[in-house]
Amino acid sequence: MPIRDDVLVVGGGLAGTMAALSAAESGAQVRLVSHKKSTLRQASGLVDVLGAVDGDAPVSDPFAAVDRLPDEHPYHVVGSEGIREGLRRFDDVVGDRYRGSHTDRNALVVTHGGTVKPTARYPVSVVPGLASAAEDTLLVGFRGLTDFDAVAAADHLAAAGVPFDVDGATIDFPIGFRDDARTTRLAKALDTDEDGVRRGLADAVAAELDGHDRVGFPAMVGDDHGPEVRAALEDHLGAAVFEIPTGPPSLLGMQLEDLLLDALERAGVRLSTGNPAVGYEAEAGEVTAVLVDRRGQEVPYHADQVVLATGGLVGKGIDSDRESITEPLFDCHVPHPEDRYEWSATEAFGDHAFARFGVVPDDDLRPTGPDGDPHFPNLRAAGGVVGGADVAREKSAAGVSIATGTYAGRRAGEEVAP
Amino acid sequence: MSDAELPQSTEPTVQDDFEPVPVFEEAGDMDLRPGADNCYKCSVCDTSCPVAEVDDDFPGPKFQGPEQWRLKRAEDDVGIDDSIMSCSNCMRCDDACPSGVPLSQMHNTARGAYVDEQMSKLSREYVRNRILANYRSLAWVGSKVPRLTNAIMGNSLVQKLNEKLLGITAERDFPAFATQTFREWWAERGGPQVRSDEKRIAYFHGCYSNYNTPEVGKALVRVFESFGYEVAVPRQRCSGTPMFANGMLDDAERAASVNVSELSDLLEEGYDVIASCTSCSMSLRQEYPELFQLSGVEEVAENTWESLEYLRVHEDLEAALEAASVDEQAFAYHAPCHARNQGLDRQAVELFSEVDGVKMEDVGDSCSGISGTYGWKEEKYETSMQIAEDMFEHMHHADGDVGMTECPTCSMQMEHGTGYEIKHPLQLLEDALV
Repeated sequence: MPIRDDVLVVGGGLAGTMAALSAAESGAQVRLVSHKKSTLRQASGLVDVLGAVDGDAPVSDPFAAVDRLPDEHPYHVVGSEGIREGLRRFDDVVGDRYRGSHTDRNALVVTHGGTVKPTARYPVSVVPGLASAAEDTLLVGFRGLTDFDAVAAADHLAAAGVPFDVDGATIDFPIGFRDDARTTRLAKALDTDEDGVRRGLADAVAAELDGHDRVGFPAMVGDDHGPEVRAALEDHLGAAVFEIPTGPPSLLGMQLEDLLLDALERAGVRLSTGNPAVGYEAEAGEVTAVLVDRRGQEVPYHADQVVLATGGLVGKGIDSDRESITEPLFDCHVPHPEDRYEWSATEAFGDHAFARFGVVPDDDLRPTGPDGDPHFPNLRAAGGVVGGADVAREKSAAGVSIATGTYAGRRAGEEVAP
Repeated sequence: MSDAELPQSTEPTVQDDFEPVPVFEEAGDMDLRPGADNCYKCSVCDTSCPVAEVDDDFPGPKFQGPEQWRLKRAEDDVGIDDSIMSCSNCMRCDDACPSGVPLSQMHNTARGAYVDEQMSKLSREYVRNRILANYRSLAWVGSKVPRLTNAIMGNSLVQKLNEKLLGITAERDFPAFATQTFREWWAERGGPQVRSDEKRIAYFHGCYSNYNTPEVGKALVRVFESFGYEVAVPRQRCSGTPMFANGMLDDAERAASVNVSELSDLLEEGYDVIASCTSCSMSLRQEYPELFQLSGVEEVAENTWESLEYLRVHEDLEAALEAASVDEQAFAYHAPCHARNQGLDRQAVELFSEVDGVKMEDVGDSCSGISGTYGWKEEKYETSMQIAEDMFEHMHHADGDVGMTECPTCSMQMEHGTGYEIKHPLQLLEDALV
């Protein structure tokens, strides 16, 4: 039995990472297996805990609103204390790179679509842009960078009734990169102050500033040297500078991924990436190994405790065809209506049943069969693979991943602790 | 809510009624449309591309793969963009894609088509690339008289001529040929010294371990024999890696057909295939079945392993290493891109951290930049060194002054940038266990 660890976590996203860190805390030898680059590269980098219940108005205090969530919601398994425990661990990982831990209440962050999003933790670079501050705001986009339309976003914000004046301007980035240059290229130029680009950018924005108190850019204001770049721009402009989270490739998501990877390394978690988990071995009713496919050969990764954190329908932790919904790795029970026309609502952003599809956890986050008993005593689930939450509508994806990941990892670690 | 009208019919859209359109006919009638359609343009591949990171003129893997595929399909007279020759075939995009787009397969087929149809066979670039891609032929001749070859290739005048005439950079020192090749050593030794019916491996040594670093091949033999394996050293050609990277798919297929046929015969006798070079194992495991329709190609792919990977799965390597100790040494370890794609990028650090006396430090996840023959090209040398900057910096900061990597050309780059001696994990394994 060559590859053996105490705890094996399957899935390298936010839930899997938090589970691995939490399990490692107990002193257990933990391994995390993941297939591709983490989906955090496509995430905004914001940590939402609970932004809305049942499509209602934004929630200001997620902890006060948890009770209003449906009974099957995974937050009810971990409880408010579980959410807090997860956030504490997250705060430890990100340190001073994030804000929001000073309060239970949500902050309102400006998105690249020009909406306002209630979120619990946010990168420090978005802080000056919070919509709750009544400061006149200029949004700046760049010709060629089609992901962010500053004028449209400003109009959208104004229409939403934010308590400040907001305008948008589209300018040329001072260095003429190829037409489809990515935000990451712009960030790198600012990081190294290539051709004096910081000054050039500040001058271009100054021409549009017109007395605005703060300036918002899509997240590209430096990468490794972000704080330094922002300070330089603020200095030149005499206005606060903030970042607006973008879609993929998302610099803020990638920075969060780096922070999490560093934390895994510090915690001594072993990482095996590049090949998919495809099956398992069990003995006497317990999972004994997860099988990882290295192109045609299934290699067993043995462990005493396993955490399933493979994601939901998008992350491929839940699979679907025209007949049914399945959890492909352990074939855990995933309840769903027989008639597939009941899986979705007619409205695009309606109350879709499919959004809540996932495994059904018991009171210890173990996936259960149709009879309500756990499939395996040593298998727990975390994150998107767990059903019962409509994380897109509730704006709770990161919170659910962090809270369930932390809980499942801690419990797995406790079970193997000597 | 969306403003779009609700569709009149809720019948499922049937998606399998398309006519496959052959685009790269020269490269084996592959229909890559499903792969192209999987791309939802998230650009994660572009942000993982080491060339795009330093070369603003390089459009990146998303363009080279799915976008170019679609362009080419729409208009017959659109050629392959010549930027395909700036792709270094590191294959990091494969690993980055969350949607299963076969990017490197698309790049390999596009590059093959470009070289076939658009590159003059009389051009200096073609001649140079053909020479580099067929390193084995060069090495075969050179190793007959290794001392003379080393003296000639090490001559700075010859290096200048190579640069002027062929476009092979004079900045790099040509790797020295061993005075005795691995295969000569193997023959002199009388072949395998352990016999077994159960534990049998066929060693795919590749070109570099044979002609340049036979000590890696010897280490493999001794380590596997110490675990009771019977080792076979089959007839073999180049794995094809440098040929793919230069768009010489016909050369690669010729080499692959020899390799697959020889290895298939041994698979039938109960051997598994082991490579010590992660690009060789990558080639046999991924590129062969993606690019060539050869009898036995799938079986060879499924049964090919990298050496450490194999021992780790089939033996209790962790326990063996925990009990071992070596002279105190710190290593700066670099994971080759091709190791990364096979899920092997962390095994050396993980395993050797158990060994008494060893300090193993990972020098980060950047690419070494040389990418086989890429960094040997005069016009790519600067790009190659820019990509490597991160790795060099991390190596200098690491405690160790000995480097370690599985890939021969990564090791050339590591040595070139730091002057460190570079070892293969098998050599340390031999020190610890044999």
